[in-house]
Amino acid sequence: MSFQRYDYDVISNWIEPGERILDLGCGDGSLLRYLKERRQVRGYGVENDPERVLACARNGINVIQIDLEQGLAGFDDGFFDHVIMSLSLQAMRNTQGILKEMLRVGHEAVVSFPNFAYWRHRQAILNGHMPVSKNLPYQWYDTPNVRFFTIADFETLCEQEGIAIHERLAFDEDKVIVEEPNFLASVALYRLGRNGSVAG
Amino acid sequence: MTQEQSVGIVVPQTAHFSTPLPLKSGGTLAEYDLVYETYGTLNAARSNAVLVCHALSGSHHVAGRYADGTLGWWDNLVGPGKPLDTERFFVIGVNNLGGCYGSSGPNSINPATGKPWGADFPFVTVEDWVDAQARLADQLGIERFAAVVGGSLGGMQALSWTLQYPDRVAHALVIASAPKLTAQNIAFNEVARQAILKDPEFHGGHYYEHGVVPTRGLALARMVGHITYLSDDAMGQKFGRTLRHEKPVFSYDVEFEIESYLRYQGDKFAGFFDANTYLLTTKALDYYDPAFDYDGDLVAALGRAKADYLVVSFSTDWRFAPSRSREIVYALMHSDRRVSYAEIDCPAGHDSFLLDDAQYHAVLRAYIDNIKL
Repeated sequence: MSFQRYDYDVISNWIEPGERILDLGCGDGSLLRYLKERRQVRGYGVENDPERVLACARNGINVIQIDLEQGLAGFDDGFFDHVIMSLSLQAMRNTQGILKEMLRVGHEAVVSFPNFAYWRHRQAILNGHMPVSKNLPYQWYDTPNVRFFTIADFETLCEQEGIAIHERLAFDEDKVIVEEPNFLASVALYRLGRNGSVAG
Repeated sequence: MTQEQSVGIVVPQTAHFSTPLPLKSGGTLAEYDLVYETYGTLNAARSNAVLVCHALSGSHHVAGRYADGTLGWWDNLVGPGKPLDTERFFVIGVNNLGGCYGSSGPNSINPATGKPWGADFPFVTVEDWVDAQARLADQLGIERFAAVVGGSLGGMQALSWTLQYPDRVAHALVIASAPKLTAQNIAFNEVARQAILKDPEFHGGHYYEHGVVPTRGLALARMVGHITYLSDDAMGQKFGRTLRHEKPVFSYDVEFEIESYLRYQGDKFAGFFDANTYLLTTKALDYYDPAFDYDGDLVAALGRAKADYLVVSFSTDWRFAPSRSREIVYALMHSDRRVSYAEIDCPAGHDSFLLDDAQYHAVLRAYIDNIKL
C-alpha cells in the first residue's frame, strides 16, 4: 500500500485539524498515520486481522482488535467527527448495519469502494470473466470481497436508508471523473451524513 | 537485536519503610518491608524503569533464576532481547503488602506484639499496593515509570497506577484484566475463602501459633482457582476423561486424570503459599472498582489518567473475559486516552497471559519497542 495514495489526500481534505477519527478496517494504520501527520487527528483504528493489528502496533497507531461484523457496540453515539471505511465496505457482510453504526458513532462517515460497474470490469464480464483489476485484485475464488456493487447501487441504498450524500468524488486511477462515474470511475469516495443533518 | 537470554542468577532485596502507610480500610501500617528484585540498569535520566505487578499467587521473582533453580514467573517476557528487554529497561518486581514471600504480611512478625500478624494484618487493597510501590519507587529514585505492566490482578494495579499517580507513569500494559470483578468472579473467590475459613486448622487466622497450616482449605481454594484459569477446551485436551485404571473402579480416590492434576496443584500450592495471604488477596480483587466513587462511571473515573495504554485479552479466558478488557478499552477511548487493544486467539484460558504465544509476545514487543525514553 503506497503512502501517497490519492484517496488519502481526498480524505485528508475532508477532515479538520484535531478531529477525532475512527478508521474501520485500518490495515497497517497508514491512513491514520497520514492523517495524524497532516491533520493532527486523534485517531483510532479497528482491525480484526492479527498480522495487521501487529503492524499497527509497530506503526504506533491506536488499534482496537474487534470484529466489525458485530457492529460497534461499546462506542458512544456521536463520539467521532469522522468514521472512515476505506476500500473495505465490499468485504463486509452486514453492509446496512455497518453504515448505520458509522453514522451513529460519527457525525459524518467517509466511505470508499471499488466500482463494480467500471467499464473495464464490464468489459471483463462481456468477455466472460470476473473482473480482476488494480482495485479488484483478487481471483473469484480467493477474494475477501463478499458484496459486489456499483456507484449507482450504493446511491440507491443511501436513499433507501436515509443516508445523506454530502459529497462524492469518483476516480479512474488518480484522475477525477465527473461525467458518467458509474461507467468511467474505478473507485468512488463519499462523505455521508445522517439525513436531515446539514451538508458541511 | 539481541538473542533472547535469561537475566541469570538474581537475588531479592528488601526495603524497609518506617513512615506509616495509610490504608484504604481505615488503618495504617506503622512500618513495613517490601521485598523486590531488579533486572537491567537504571539509566542516567532515570527514565527507563518498568514496574511489573504480580497477580494472586505471584511474587517479586519475575525473571531470572535463584541459585536453587527457581525460575521467575514471567521469565519468558523479561530479559535481554525479550519483549520487555532488560538491555533497554530497568525492570522491577515487588512482592505486594500482605504477601507471603518476604514483604510484610500475615506470616511476618507484627512489630507491636513480636508475634506473627495472622488475621490481625490489616486489609490491603490494590490502591494500597500501588501506594507502597510508589514509596519503593521514591526510594529507588524513580520519579516516573516508562511503563507499569501487569496481568490479571497485576493489570488492575497497572490501571490503578495511572489513576493514583497520573504524572508518574507513561504507559500501562493491562493484560487479561478487568475494571472490576463480576458477581461470578467474586463467587469463585468466596468459595475459595470459605474453604480456608472452614478448615479446622485455620484457628481464626492464628494458625502459626498452633504450629499448623490449613492446608486442606488452601488446597481446595487453589483447585477452584485452577479450574477457572483453564479453558474448557484446554482442560479437555490435556486430561479429557482419561481414567487412571482404564475403567471405573467405583472409588473416591483419584480415577480421572483431571482429579489427579487438581489434587497435585492444590497440595503443591498449600505447601508454600500462606492461607491468610490468599484470603487478603482475593478480597483485594473483589474490592477493586475504580468507578465506585464515580457512580459506576468508568469514563469519569479515568478522567485523571494521562498515560498511554495497551490492553490485551485472550479469546478463551472466561475468568477475565475479553468483554471485560473491552470495557477498559472503550472507557479509555472515550476519555481520549491513547489505547490499543489486542485480543489474542490462544486456547489456554486465563493462564494464557503467562505463556509465550507468538502473536501475544509480538504485540507486546511492538508496543514496548515504541516506548520513548
